Amino acid sequence: MSGGALPTQVGQLARRSVLRTLRQPAQIVPALIFPLFLLAVNSGGLKDATNLPGFPTDSYLTFALAVPFMQGALFSVMNAGTDLARDIETGFLNRLALTPLRGAALLSGLLAGAVVLGLVQAATYLTVGLIAGAELVTGVPGALTIVALAVSITVAFGSIGLFAALRTGSGEAVQSLFPVFFVFLFISSMALPLDLLQTDWFHAVASANPVSYLLGAFRSLLIEGWDLGALALGFGIAATILVIGMTAASAALKTRLVRT
Amino acid sequence: MSDDRERAGIEVEGLVREFKNGPRAVDGIDLRVAPGEIYGFLGPNGAGKSTTVLMLTTLLPPTAGTARVAGFDIVREGPSVRGAIGAALQEAALDPLLSGAEHMRLQTALHGVPKAERGERSAELLSRVGLSEAADRRVAGYSGGMKRRLDLALALVHRPRILFLDEPTTGLDIQSRTALWDEVARLASEDGVTVFLTTQYLEEADALAGRVGIIDHGRIVAEGTPAELKAEIGRPTVEAVPRDPADQERVARALQPFGERCGATHRGGASVLLAGGESQLADVVRALDAEGIAIETLQLHAPSLDDVFLAKTGRSLEGAGEAEAEADSEEMEVVGA
Amino acid sequence: MTRNVALAVAWRSIHNFLSNPAFLVPAIVFPLFFFVAFAGGLSAIAGTPGFDFPSGYTAFQFVFVLLQSAAFGGVFTGFAIARDFEIGFANRYLLAARSRGGIVVGYTLAALTRAFVTWTVLTVVALVAGMEVGGAGVELFGLYGLAVLVNVAATLWAAGVAMRVRSIQGGPLMQFPTFLILFLAPVYVPLSLLSGWIHAVASVNPVTALLEAGRGFISGEPTQVALAFAVAALLPILFALWARGGLKRAEASG
Repeated sequence: MSGGALPTQVGQLARRSVLRTLRQPAQIVPALIFPLFLLAVNSGGLKDATNLPGFPTDSYLTFALAVPFMQGALFSVMNAGTDLARDIETGFLNRLALTPLRGAALLSGLLAGAVVLGLVQAATYLTVGLIAGAELVTGVPGALTIVALAVSITVAFGSIGLFAALRTGSGEAVQSLFPVFFVFLFISSMALPLDLLQTDWFHAVASANPVSYLLGAFRSLLIEGWDLGALALGFGIAATILVIGMTAASAALKTRLVRT
Repeated sequence: MSDDRERAGIEVEGLVREFKNGPRAVDGIDLRVAPGEIYGFLGPNGAGKSTTVLMLTTLLPPTAGTARVAGFDIVREGPSVRGAIGAALQEAALDPLLSGAEHMRLQTALHGVPKAERGERSAELLSRVGLSEAADRRVAGYSGGMKRRLDLALALVHRPRILFLDEPTTGLDIQSRTALWDEVARLASEDGVTVFLTTQYLEEADALAGRVGIIDHGRIVAEGTPAELKAEIGRPTVEAVPRDPADQERVARALQPFGERCGATHRGGASVLLAGGESQLADVVRALDAEGIAIETLQLHAPSLDDVFLAKTGRSLEGAGEAEAEADSEEMEVVGA
Repeated sequence: MTRNVALAVAWRSIHNFLSNPAFLVPAIVFPLFFFVAFAGGLSAIAGTPGFDFPSGYTAFQFVFVLLQSAAFGGVFTGFAIARDFEIGFANRYLLAARSRGGIVVGYTLAALTRAFVTWTVLTVVALVAGMEVGGAGVELFGLYGLAVLVNVAATLWAAGVAMRVRSIQGGPLMQFPTFLILFLAPVYVPLSLLSGWIHAVASVNPVTALLEAGRGFISGEPTQVALAFAVAALLPILFALWARGGLKRAEASG
């Protein structure tokens, strides 16, 4: 028996990844509720920020709606990473290694769960945000683009979670990355636009932080209209993170899966 | 595939595995397992059993030496080896979120079982291991025995010629253990599967294995059929445990004239191989009495695999055999001098 | 007897905290990070019409971060208690301690010690960053006094949860309500600048009184002092009863 074809392998592992994601409400529920809670609190507490000269919109809710998509990506890092780390710790990866499974199939399949989570998250955040009164100047095509961007970012960050799991083999180590990504999220244009960040060093770091431009891509669709430059930057950064993450994960997989 | 490879078992020469800054976990082992044989690999924790299995199943490259499994070189022909073997490793390695049936579906697909045959093959194997009714339940709800049986079924999906079982019954109750033994024996006798079984349970090796290799500190210290190995020891041993632990040496000196010393026992006594057989027992009692040594326990052992291990290494297998010793020996309490 | 037990339990927790970077570093770094992110990243908020806090936005956020670190310090002590139960170490305490209430007192003392370490670093960093302090000694004593009471209340809350659940799975149960109550308060702007549902919720949130009083202390313009201390004194009493109930549950479960 020569083993399944690559599409079969990817399909089977994708199926497993999706099933596992859907069967772990403890992974899905916080990923939905926590960002929405923060959205509610921040849009209520920082409403008056729209009075600052140069603030791009009258609706802080619309401005803040970009943030849950990035927070969702954080959960993707954790979920994808801890799932794979658990497979390593329990020996399930050894079981897969004894089959004709190709490494590329393993990584691609594992990200299928991240795709599903990304879709559910994006649809939820957007729906709740619009019901709460957020604006979406680009209409239905813009909504679809937002979902596509959110899924791209979720998958990209998921690949970093896979790398962390393969490198460390430990769920705890993956969890300890949470604060690192949290910092990336906070020191960005998360709460205020880049040009309204007054503290010099904060402005400098936020300007160099790719998260600021990912947020900018979402905001361009919500607030400004079709800005191809902002969208290209957003999708481009997501693609770059994905390439880096998958490359690193593939290298780590070769070490982890030392089969001859 | 050539006929030679169809018939090939396992051939190992000088296999070594060294870890960075650590001891040699496997220190140059040679062994041969004939096709269709059940080979028991027996040794205490940390002896090198699992490391050997990981190398033979291509999950760990050896540091030195060679091995051919099913006719394929484990280093140069890894994928071919994996195609010919099944393995149930030390951890059951199951996904608690998937059901038994979903595990089978995944495994059959990954091994390239044609789609039309996957359902039937899965159902057949689940039935064989007694998991048909539990097939749609998530593994998180399975007992330890059920997990081990599912593990075995998964190892068989692609009809491997050689099956590696790494401590398959550790932690199982007697019933589950016996059921697993029956299935392994059937696989070998009816399906002609070659089985490489590692265990730290003497009775498992005794019951299942046609031949046994005993490993300690990474080296094979004895090899043969259980009967041959026991016959090598041949004579019964007598073990005397003094009431006062400080008398151990005195006991050893008193027993010295009766045969080859076997070293201190794990109960703080001394034992010797009785050169003259069981008939010397009365003389042993008189000798101990003459020395005025108060004896807590005096036991006569028929040779067991633990005795083989003891003779070869000077130690008992861990947890080896309070039970086995009680089954095989006559126990006498000798009180006072 | 209670004192001996409390000191023994506190010693172990403090020793583990100080000798384990995995515990010590986040306890210091996270509050610093929040301080930097809020005070640094949101400083422009001070320019919104109606925002006229005398000591500046840095001091405004310092008070929130101080109380937040006090609350989460208590929660993380709750994690440690849950872990002790999970690994069976808590049984050692229950078996050995003649006064079992001393066990909870000990954990509370340890939480306070951890908090003092964090607050020391946080205060030094804030002062080096140029934070203006309008309050005098008594007022600052009042500010840190509020923080102490918040820390004690949070520890007792988390201890009650930990002793009921007796597993680290109870972590979210400790964390989420604490997070909720902290953030449904005037975090970014004073209560007077909030509107809508958040204003309504924050108006009845006890943390609001603590924040407003704390900010009054640091700016030298005390406000709502009596209400704040009444709340701050009541919370530990309520949660002490909660923790006592948790201890009884833990004892009964064996």
